[in-house]
Amino acid sequence: MKDPIIRLSNLVYRRGSKVILNDVSMDIKRGSIVAIMGPSGVGKTTILRLISGQLHPNKGSVEVNGKLISSLSRRDLYTCRKEIGVLLQDGALFTDLTVFENVATPLREHTDLSEEEIHDRVMDKLKSVGLADTAKLMPYSLSGGMARRVALARAVIMNPRIVLFDEPMTGLDPIAMSTISRLIRVTNDELGLTSVIVTHNVDQMNKLVDYCFILAGAKLIAEGSPQVLMHCDEPAVDQFMNGRVEGPISFNVAASYQT
Amino acid sequence: MPKDRSKRNAFLAPIAETGHCGVFLIRMLGSIRLERELLISTLQQIYLIGARSLVIIMICGFFVGMVLSLQAINALQLFGASDQVSLLVGKTLFRELGPVLTALLFAGRAGTSVAAEIGLMKATSQIEAMELMAIDPVQRIALPRFLAGVVSLPLLTAMFNAFAVIGAVVFSIGVMGLDPGIFWSKLQSGILFSKDFMGGVWKSVVFGGIVSLIAVYFGYYAKPTGEGVGTATTRTVVLSSVLVLIFDFIMTSLLI
Repeated sequence: MKDPIIRLSNLVYRRGSKVILNDVSMDIKRGSIVAIMGPSGVGKTTILRLISGQLHPNKGSVEVNGKLISSLSRRDLYTCRKEIGVLLQDGALFTDLTVFENVATPLREHTDLSEEEIHDRVMDKLKSVGLADTAKLMPYSLSGGMARRVALARAVIMNPRIVLFDEPMTGLDPIAMSTISRLIRVTNDELGLTSVIVTHNVDQMNKLVDYCFILAGAKLIAEGSPQVLMHCDEPAVDQFMNGRVEGPISFNVAASYQT
Repeated sequence: MPKDRSKRNAFLAPIAETGHCGVFLIRMLGSIRLERELLISTLQQIYLIGARSLVIIMICGFFVGMVLSLQAINALQLFGASDQVSLLVGKTLFRELGPVLTALLFAGRAGTSVAAEIGLMKATSQIEAMELMAIDPVQRIALPRFLAGVVSLPLLTAMFNAFAVIGAVVFSIGVMGLDPGIFWSKLQSGILFSKDFMGGVWKSVVFGGIVSLIAVYFGYYAKPTGEGVGTATTRTVVLSSVLVLIFDFIMTSLLI
């Protein structure tokens, strides 16, 4: 794979004595939409936190845009984060600000744009997620799907190079799921982003993403396009992609994987 | 709070936590930038935690002044010195009761609100979102609330003292019929600006810093659960009340 914008090399991450990730390597290609999939509790969100520099690996390295994330100072890490948008699982909108102010926050913090320019850019983004009419509403009056669309607008307002999505489809109805899914594709292609999506929703990902990584038992067990993985013979991959009860991935012990 | 706190023994844990709180304070003070946003958000917080505490402070101050003068007159009458009531009430108020009681009320009213607000922001991932947007939450969330506490408490103490004096006037002059001229002249001549008044001001600045630091610290490091927010709120009231009383003794020893 040429020109990876994110490179994880031989990552080991432990929480106490528990190994969360063991020798995981990934190259994520610039401009692609990539899914990191696997059963609940397998360490998918941990990978996002390692990419965004919230966590540091015990071994191995995380490179984003050529920068070694774990070696950056707080100031350099913040500079690097300006190029990364993150959509957290529940949207994490600021509850004391309106929808407009939520989306405008990164612009107010990191740019010297005039009020008029901020207004135009925020309204553009809100229009692109179909929520221009909600600008004056407070977050508590939005539905889950709407809140996540506002969070998406906020995540891309600074025109980042990378957007990280943590379970963007969880808890949404099928229409909201398809809306978010379409928005991710449109935003990615129009802005030339690289999107990394953490999920366990196989059906939506098959329609949306260009490339998948599958984790189980703290290891990367497979990677490839969704079409290839759907027909993979590896028992754990087949079990996960087709939602089978029987197989090497145990349901009783979260994220355990019998090799 | 340090990650392996539960594994430390009972003696080392408070020392480690004090050190961690000190590091947090240094990080917070190190993030001060002379910019408009900090001024605006600090003023907003002064309104939210300072101005909104005014009513309770005024009511409590008024009744503390009344009860002080009641006790003072009862005791001084035994020696035929009830005209000294304003001096006794003034000294007690400006030096001790004003700063201490205001700080305790402030911890209950504003400290809990700050700890719960920041804890809830953490529980709903708002602090995490801020960090991921390359916005320092210590600078944007904790610092304005800390500065607002340091500024608000001396002002609230002044209001507490003023209403306590009004309470003393109402009881001593209005109810007990003391001579107003003697009351005011004893108060004016007996209270020393540098020692009594400023001593109370310095105390309230320090108490403001203690209560606000504890509130923002426990809120910021609260476990992101409902129980975690509740624990942070309770610990804020308990610890800041205890520390206010301990520091009151230390400062009184130094200032007397």
